[in-house]
Amino acid sequence: MDEIDITLTVNGTAHILSVSPRTTLADALRQGLGLTGTHVGCEHGVCGACTVIVDGAAMRSCLMLAAQAERHAITTVEGLGRPEALGPLQAAFRKHHALQCGFCTPGFLTTLHALLTEEPDADAERIREVVSGNLCRCTGYVAIIEAALEARAAYGHQEAEAC
Amino acid sequence: MLTGITFPTDAATPVTGTPVERLEDARLLTGTGCFVDDLTRPDLLHAVVLRSSMAHGRIVAIDASAALELDGVVAVFTAADVASDGAVPLIPIRLAPFPESQAFRQPVIAVDTVRYVGEPVALVVATSRAIAEDALELIELDIDALEAVASTDAALAAEGDGVLFPGTGSNLVLRYTAQMGDADTAFANAPYVRTERFSTQRHSAVPMETRGLLAEWDAEHGHLFLSGAAKVPYFNRRALAEALGLGMDEIDLLEQDVGGGFGVRGEYYPEDFLVCFAARRLGRPVKWIEDRREHFMATNHSREIACELSIACARDGTILALAGRLDADMGAYIRTNGGVVPAKAGQFLPGPYRIRDIHVDVSIVVTNKTPVGTYRGPGRFEANFFRERLIDMAAADLGLDPNVMRAHNLITAADMPWDAGKLVPYEAETSFDTGDYPVTLTRCLEEIGWEKNKHLQGTVIDGLYHGIGVACFVESGGAGPRENARITLETDGTLTVAVGSSSVGQGIETAHAQIAADALGLPLGKVRVLHGSTTLLHEGFGTYHSRAVIMGGSAILDAATNLKEHLVAAAAKRLGLPNTRLVVENGGVGSGDRFISLAELATDGPFSANGTFANTTRTYSYGAHACHVAVNPQTGAVKILDFVAVEDVGRAINPLIVHGQAIGAIVQGLGGVFLDHLVYDSEGQLLNASLADYLLPTATDFPNVRAVTLELHPSPTNPLGAKGAGEGGIVAVAGATANAVAAALAPLGVTITDLPLTPPRLWQLISDARAAAEPEH
Amino acid sequence: MKLPPLQYVRASSVSEAVDLLVQGAGDARILAGGQSLIPVLAFRLAAPAVLVDIGGIADLKRIDITDETVTLGALVRWVDIERSTALKAHMPLLPAVMAHVAHYQIRNRGTVGGSLAHCDPAAEMPGLAVTCDGTIILEGASGRREAPAVEVLTGALAAEIAEDEMIVALRFPRWRPERRWGFAEFARRQGDFAMAGIVAHFDQDADGVARDVHIGVIGATDRPTRLPGAEAALEGRIPDAMTIRDACRAVQDEVEPPEDIHASAAYRRALAGVMANQALRQAAGLPAAANGQ
Repeated sequence: MDEIDITLTVNGTAHILSVSPRTTLADALRQGLGLTGTHVGCEHGVCGACTVIVDGAAMRSCLMLAAQAERHAITTVEGLGRPEALGPLQAAFRKHHALQCGFCTPGFLTTLHALLTEEPDADAERIREVVSGNLCRCTGYVAIIEAALEARAAYGHQEAEAC
Repeated sequence: MLTGITFPTDAATPVTGTPVERLEDARLLTGTGCFVDDLTRPDLLHAVVLRSSMAHGRIVAIDASAALELDGVVAVFTAADVASDGAVPLIPIRLAPFPESQAFRQPVIAVDTVRYVGEPVALVVATSRAIAEDALELIELDIDALEAVASTDAALAAEGDGVLFPGTGSNLVLRYTAQMGDADTAFANAPYVRTERFSTQRHSAVPMETRGLLAEWDAEHGHLFLSGAAKVPYFNRRALAEALGLGMDEIDLLEQDVGGGFGVRGEYYPEDFLVCFAARRLGRPVKWIEDRREHFMATNHSREIACELSIACARDGTILALAGRLDADMGAYIRTNGGVVPAKAGQFLPGPYRIRDIHVDVSIVVTNKTPVGTYRGPGRFEANFFRERLIDMAAADLGLDPNVMRAHNLITAADMPWDAGKLVPYEAETSFDTGDYPVTLTRCLEEIGWEKNKHLQGTVIDGLYHGIGVACFVESGGAGPRENARITLETDGTLTVAVGSSSVGQGIETAHAQIAADALGLPLGKVRVLHGSTTLLHEGFGTYHSRAVIMGGSAILDAATNLKEHLVAAAAKRLGLPNTRLVVENGGVGSGDRFISLAELATDGPFSANGTFANTTRTYSYGAHACHVAVNPQTGAVKILDFVAVEDVGRAINPLIVHGQAIGAIVQGLGGVFLDHLVYDSEGQLLNASLADYLLPTATDFPNVRAVTLELHPSPTNPLGAKGAGEGGIVAVAGATANAVAAALAPLGVTITDLPLTPPRLWQLISDARAAAEPEH
Repeated sequence: MKLPPLQYVRASSVSEAVDLLVQGAGDARILAGGQSLIPVLAFRLAAPAVLVDIGGIADLKRIDITDETVTLGALVRWVDIERSTALKAHMPLLPAVMAHVAHYQIRNRGTVGGSLAHCDPAAEMPGLAVTCDGTIILEGASGRREAPAVEVLTGALAAEIAEDEMIVALRFPRWRPERRWGFAEFARRQGDFAMAGIVAHFDQDADGVARDVHIGVIGATDRPTRLPGAEAALEGRIPDAMTIRDACRAVQDEVEPPEDIHASAAYRRALAGVMANQALRQAAGLPAAANGQ
């Protein structure tokens, strides 16, 4: 199949990529741009490891063709912080031991970043409901929820006044 | 006292036993880790495996001509190609090597018979993964069906074509008996005996990262590199060397970040050979990344055991004897793990109780399903479910509080070390090292509020039936024979630790660094841990059986001791003092007011020392789990209102990591109770090879889980006192949870003997019990 | 699990998309959000030669509410429905059901048209379309046509859509303000497809009598379908606990559940009754039944 050119912005940088039409966004990010932080755990839209943020909304990059990202802005886990300067969610994950093997972690971080940006007051139940679309085999999720709750402050969450 | 001395800047407060944040995390949180699929190479080729879609059959023909014509396809290899180098190699048995198992080993590629859906038949190599998958569809595979046996009953009844290995005459690999004391006499004289049948369903670990390999053949130096190693790289190197006709020094296995192991990952599988074979044959790097669908049929399954269990008790609840028959469905071949899963189920049937008369018959049976291997708590999870259920049943019969009965029978500190006999044919006698088992039960009952809540058993609140269940466990760790490590003080003052343990994502870089940092008195930030790869050490053993901290950590301590000798010698020269006066402490070497920091001393280096730790004994952690459920009788849905696991791990190097292991294991175990199930039909077809149909726990399923880690009785078997902490969290989950569900539904006349406890199954049990209870008209 | 070889084309209008379908001669498929289609391709259960991406057609992203109708464009996403204040006011059943559709990430991308075309019998939108008198608007080579949802969504994964047709919109009759509604479904896990689910609405007259009763089922049948026996059990009666119980019995008598690896037919039948009880009690404003649901 002939390759097609797509133009997209990833973590603030514009890219032009040539891809086969059947290439998923996940594969294009990993192989085309070398952004291997986006992990592919099932390729059929269940595990959530490949979640990226498209124009502010968390989406599964294995269920998108790269071609469908034309002229969209993508944020991957690489866009949320650096090893020497972790973002608030990343720092909270480390503090709460919310990751073990780390394979699913990028998908949790992107999902939660999108959620807390829109809903900084999301409570534990809402957070659990949202990340029920991400599978983790190591942590049992408890620490992930704790980390997300703590990270809310950095997204503008106001603690309710005690009455 | 160090009065008058400037405190060296490198000196560190001890970190062992403290919940320091993990060293692995910065890279894993920012997408800068490196998993095997993140590797790329110039000229890289991609392999996919053509797998049998038939559970049992004779290969008549494989025609790959159309596939080979496809643009981008480089090669298609079948057994004939592999055989051109000699006989098709068999997968060696690493654990529980019953001699009878040898005839049931798996060829690395199907030769003339396929025996399970998913068995490799051909390897396609192409310039991209997508093209290789396109080529798969073009291969014409002609297989004549043979009778498929999809259960142990069918397998044992089969004759003729239904026998997987005609030369063996039977699908029964072996049957053995393990015993202690005289169970027959104890049963004959017992005032109370009960026998029940139980089963646990086939499921598996399903790590988030599927398996993956990248093989590179350096023709110039005759050297093979295989990336994607995990668990037991050194064993796999030996297996590969033999299969490929290479020397051990001509192969290296390299470990990257690993996305979860839980027992199934890192064993020597057919693909390990095939990818190396292809890379050498083609002279180009070949990558294979297992896709999720094939993961379900290619990676080891586990847990499918049926059990008939009998208990003999005195009227006061004293357990007099236990007798069990275990039938293990091993799938189509005996792979690297041999008979270890059923053997451990047999060994752990008596569990943490003072039972002296034990009789266990174990049958190991092959069927036309994916082969079986170890999954976190192998055999223990199953055995615990069987026994703990039966204890609750016996207690009910005897009119006893089941937890009083448990406490009455648990092994106490005064019993230690407890002679646990020789219940595994291929192992020596063993004894439980240390512990006070009733203490963990007491703590667990406090946590779940047993005394205050036990009146809830079987009561209905808002339409839901409440139940509380408890299970006690003992769990082994720290398998030998050895582990090795090397510590190097680099010239920049940092420490590099190389260890034969592997990371499977559990955090050993941090735990090992903590041990090394304290041993040399350096801050954690100065320590770097390298692990797994065979390039690091002459010999290593890896990560399984909750051994990485016990064995690897103890080897690091030994290396540190040896390194200190070198450092003392070097410091002696610098300071002009005799060796005997110098000690390594506070990040330096010194005596009285004469002191040289390791940072300064390092400039004379690097200094390096090896260490090893050998062990023929085992550690035994122990504890209890408790669970409070509410069951909806209309839907069969079960809510976990509270789950708590209490475990004495001897010593926790990093409590944060230990706690994470426990919580993660509990939720994995709850998946095994309610969700995970590899479903086969009677023709041996796997019916749910996707994450949409194979259900794993999600964040909303089991929010109420807690873990309490105790450090009461360190193990005397290793200098750290650790007992291993990776598996205790899963061992008693099915026992406790099933007991809770059974207690909830007891008023309806429901008995729980089989997993999984799915809503449809519980609903059916409730319906059947209600129908049976209705008076006949 | 890479996708099969395919061509990708973007359509900038519905007519262009239809032209591309015609050119594809039966081997072209519409790509909307892709949340159902791409997994099908990943498993290579289908291998169309051409995917026609309609994602850029702005007209299809609209939610239109008139005095007579509520119309969801084919590209309206679950998240759009979930957050629509207009729908919350005029057809609150729709946003309420969205919380049950798959997961957060899927709801950000999955579309009305995609779900209807995929026609999973356990999915929510086909059930809403059939139960709430939805009309599916399609455009094809021979022009635009409208068909009752029940005539399009006729079988599992087999919507009656011609090769040169695409779904343009789903239209509902506008709800009366006094309409009462309920929805309940049971899935193994949050976001999973329903093993059984019930959609219900009715109007209540001044005497509290239920009129124009609609009850539909998902998950427990091979296609989304209304349950006339259950509707009749409620029609013209005051929806009290006894009447609702009768309607639930009718649901159980009426559904013809399939059997699969997840559940027996008997279980799904029973479950449909339990879900009907929840949905109807919700609609009637009765407290939740004492079964913890």
